[in-house]
Amino acid sequence: MKKGTQNYINIHTESSPQKPFEMFKQIVKRTFKGEMFVGLWIVFREMIRFNIHTIQYPKEKLPLSPRYRAVHKLLRLIESGNERCIGCGLCEKICIANCIRMDTKIDENSRKVVTEYTINLGRCIYCGYCAEVCPELAIVHGDRYENVSEQRAHFVLKDDMLTPLDLLKQKEQKEYPGFGAISDEADKFIKKTPLAY
Amino acid sequence: METLITVTIDGTEIKTKEGEYILNIARANGIFIPAICYLTRCSPTLACRLCLIDIDGKRAYACNAKAKDGMKVTTITDEIAVERRAIMEVYDINHPLQCGVCDQSGECELQNYTLEMEVNTQNYSIKDTQKQKQTWSNFISYDPSLCIVCERCVTVCKDMIGESALKTVKRGGEEIDVTFKESMPKDSYAMWNKLNKSLIGANNGDTLDCSMCGECISVCPVGAIVSSDFKYKSNAWELRSIPATCAHCSSGCQIFYDVKHDSIDNFETEKIYRVKNEWNYVSLCGAGRFGYDFENRAKKDKTAFDRAIEAFKKAKSIKFSSYITNEEALILQKLKEKYGYKLINEDGYRFKNFMNEYSKVSGTLFNTTTTKDIHDSNFVISIGSAIRYDAPNISYALNNSLKINKGSAIYFHPIKDTIVESFSKNIQEININCYSEEALLLFLIDKFANKEKLPSDLVEFLNSQKEKITKSVTEIIKEDVIEKVVDENGVEKEVKKSVPKKIVKDVEVEISKLYDVIGIDDSINSIIENLIAKKDSFSLIIGEDIISSENYKNLAKLVALFEKSTQFKVLIIPTKTNTLGVSLICDLDEKAEGFTIGYNCDGDFKLSALGDGDLDIPALNQQEGTFVNIDKRVVPTNVAIEFDGYCLNDIALTLGISKNRYTIDYTKELPLVTGFQHINFDKLKNMYDNNGNEIRGYSLIQIETNIDEFVFNKPNLNIQKDKITAYRCNPYTQFSYFTNKTTQLKAKASIKLTKSLAKEYELENGSLLKVVFSDGSLELPVEIDDKLDGNFVLIPDFDKNVSVNHYFKNGRYSPITLNKVNA
Repeated sequence: MKKGTQNYINIHTESSPQKPFEMFKQIVKRTFKGEMFVGLWIVFREMIRFNIHTIQYPKEKLPLSPRYRAVHKLLRLIESGNERCIGCGLCEKICIANCIRMDTKIDENSRKVVTEYTINLGRCIYCGYCAEVCPELAIVHGDRYENVSEQRAHFVLKDDMLTPLDLLKQKEQKEYPGFGAISDEADKFIKKTPLAY
Repeated sequence: METLITVTIDGTEIKTKEGEYILNIARANGIFIPAICYLTRCSPTLACRLCLIDIDGKRAYACNAKAKDGMKVTTITDEIAVERRAIMEVYDINHPLQCGVCDQSGECELQNYTLEMEVNTQNYSIKDTQKQKQTWSNFISYDPSLCIVCERCVTVCKDMIGESALKTVKRGGEEIDVTFKESMPKDSYAMWNKLNKSLIGANNGDTLDCSMCGECISVCPVGAIVSSDFKYKSNAWELRSIPATCAHCSSGCQIFYDVKHDSIDNFETEKIYRVKNEWNYVSLCGAGRFGYDFENRAKKDKTAFDRAIEAFKKAKSIKFSSYITNEEALILQKLKEKYGYKLINEDGYRFKNFMNEYSKVSGTLFNTTTTKDIHDSNFVISIGSAIRYDAPNISYALNNSLKINKGSAIYFHPIKDTIVESFSKNIQEININCYSEEALLLFLIDKFANKEKLPSDLVEFLNSQKEKITKSVTEIIKEDVIEKVVDENGVEKEVKKSVPKKIVKDVEVEISKLYDVIGIDDSINSIIENLIAKKDSFSLIIGEDIISSENYKNLAKLVALFEKSTQFKVLIIPTKTNTLGVSLICDLDEKAEGFTIGYNCDGDFKLSALGDGDLDIPALNQQEGTFVNIDKRVVPTNVAIEFDGYCLNDIALTLGISKNRYTIDYTKELPLVTGFQHINFDKLKNMYDNNGNEIRGYSLIQIETNIDEFVFNKPNLNIQKDKITAYRCNPYTQFSYFTNKTTQLKAKASIKLTKSLAKEYELENGSLLKVVFSDGSLELPVEIDDKLDGNFVLIPDFDKNVSVNHYFKNGRYSPITLNKVNA
């Protein structure tokens, strides 16, 4: 196939009626064929079985693959509760949609702290690079995929993404097994550095 | 012209000067040789040994191997690659893995070379030591655990800045495991040995006592020395670098303003985060590096603008400062041409008058000496400038010529500056009397000039001043003495011994009456003879004392005469950023009359970039335009921060001066008659190439002027001698109201007192002192500068709350008395 040309395949369909009489014939045929009752029967059958498979969205949600990439989360260190993010800015740098921004400063312990961290979800393409590049496993993708908003430029701020401390205490913060997580055989690839101790 | 030789680097034949370093030749010709510790204009340190090369089969280091004709250089062999990799491994030992938060944020030479040498395993180890982070000053911090001891900071401070405020200090910790000596490549082991002995430290203990140029920050290849202010503020890649020209002094150094949005909450306004420089070719001072946020944030204020137009309509004069671009100066000139305003610019007027007198003798509108000429000289004389305070960049050049060209220099100035004295043992500091510049120039002319090129009445005068006196000189000679010594066997022996002996001789010496005026004695002759021996390129630095002297007419003529009749290149330091440009563009008047508009100056209607005027105008980091710097080069500068208000061109448009839409449209209209060229602003480049060539704007074309007959005016040799003199001089990092407006440099004016005066008056830092001038007095806190000595106080003019300039109408000196204020 030549580059740049598309190989379209036409699906065979019945030609639609052109004349008024032919249209009338199609309507009558479809109306009295009884296919509707087949459908109604299935609904009725399933109703009396009381074995319903419908997901009651938004009360219920489908389980997601662990690798699903939805709205980001910022995790904390389990023991200390400190923020994992060190403000290295690699996520900001790698972001191909250029939607991550952070403000950093030096704190009273002369450590680098992130004062604000935002992601413009209107621009984010959920590629997962930020989670992959993060050296601290701090930014990860979560499972919240509803992005309804009044504006196109819908931002999440740091406080929205950061694990709340009470949830952390309840051990609700889950490690993220998707993009950027350490692979199971990571140990095999490590070359050891000699230590003089 | 020097003859060119040919060296072959990796098969490429390159023509070059003999004696040039191979590394510089390679860099100039686009051949890559890795090197960390070398700084282009400084002496080779040989700390990193990465620039290991092969010259005709022998190992050498590119940074200190000098080119000889027919040399064959190979930049990499298998053996060298092994060495280089081992060197980078050594640098990586125990280097903290905190690249994520390091302020170098990827602009890191350690990272680059680690990747370049493909270091992915570590074979060496040594026990780490705990090293505390240090805060060297308000501006500079040091993290020793990140330091790779390349010594670039030490080198630049010694060879370029001249303050030698940094040194290597003992590292402590364990010795290197002896087994590595066998297993490691030779050079990397040697390099490790050196590295393992030292760290960097301030010369006098824990804090830095220097002029805070911050050059050590900029040369640091890793994040060890960082700006305290910039720390953890932003990653480097987020910043947009805007090439510009520093707006603080006439050196007009090339800088980069690094800008980014203010913060996430305030993302629409940008701010400057730091200033960078091409540290291989330009060295900044503290004002340039830390004084960047002097922008004027203002919105369009239509009513103020209308009032400004009204003011222009009724004004008779415009008073402006030299912190102005050429384009704005041209607009003012055009306003003058159309509406007949008087244009007042004090220092531009002074400089212009000085240069007019100069031109009458030299026959040229300006001279073409550049800062680079000072760098390249090996005998420099500086007169009339407290050089480290007035023109840091020129003092770097002076120091650099002493260190790198093995040069010598004489620094004539009334105030003793111990740092200048410590530049080298080949610099002689001579503390002359105040107001004796004319006598000094006459003396220098007498000393160095080709007498045939001098007017006869001048020669006659010089000879008439001379007289012969007999002077008793104490000389130490070695005399052979025969002594009788009894040796261990009891035998008496005669031993010949050479014993130093003082004898007093009467010698006839020729002195001049000028000596007394200047405050020197006949030893000056032997000092000069010693310093000038074997030197072949000479320069003279002329500072502000001479330009702003009451006696400028005679001085200017003498300067021109000196330049004409000697081999010296003369560099005249323009007093403020664009003084030279203003003096070439504007037709300036002496006195204002009627309603006066102040353009960054006081006036009846004030346009100000400091935010304190009737109409806000953009500061120099918010403007496109050009300056004429000390090198007679028209250098472009750019907008770092946007300005939303009105600028001078809006006024010019309203007043119908020209149809130019932008201020930079005037760049191509700058006057040809004073050496400018008609080039579009957008065509002006602002960069250095790999060879260190300055590709910035364009150089003014020299214009010839009429030579007037030289009339020698007998100098006034009865100069006034005061017990204590006030000297108008700003401290380090301050030049003007603009430097003082910046966050990091904000300061209150204080009186700088020399060591000896502080002792005499028993004053301490911070105590109040009343300085009584002939027509007023000032009461300010005292700051003791232990680098200076003499009966002087330094009065700064950078603080707009303390106006001092009226005390110094007749030059930079003013006689004073000091009164202690009892708190």
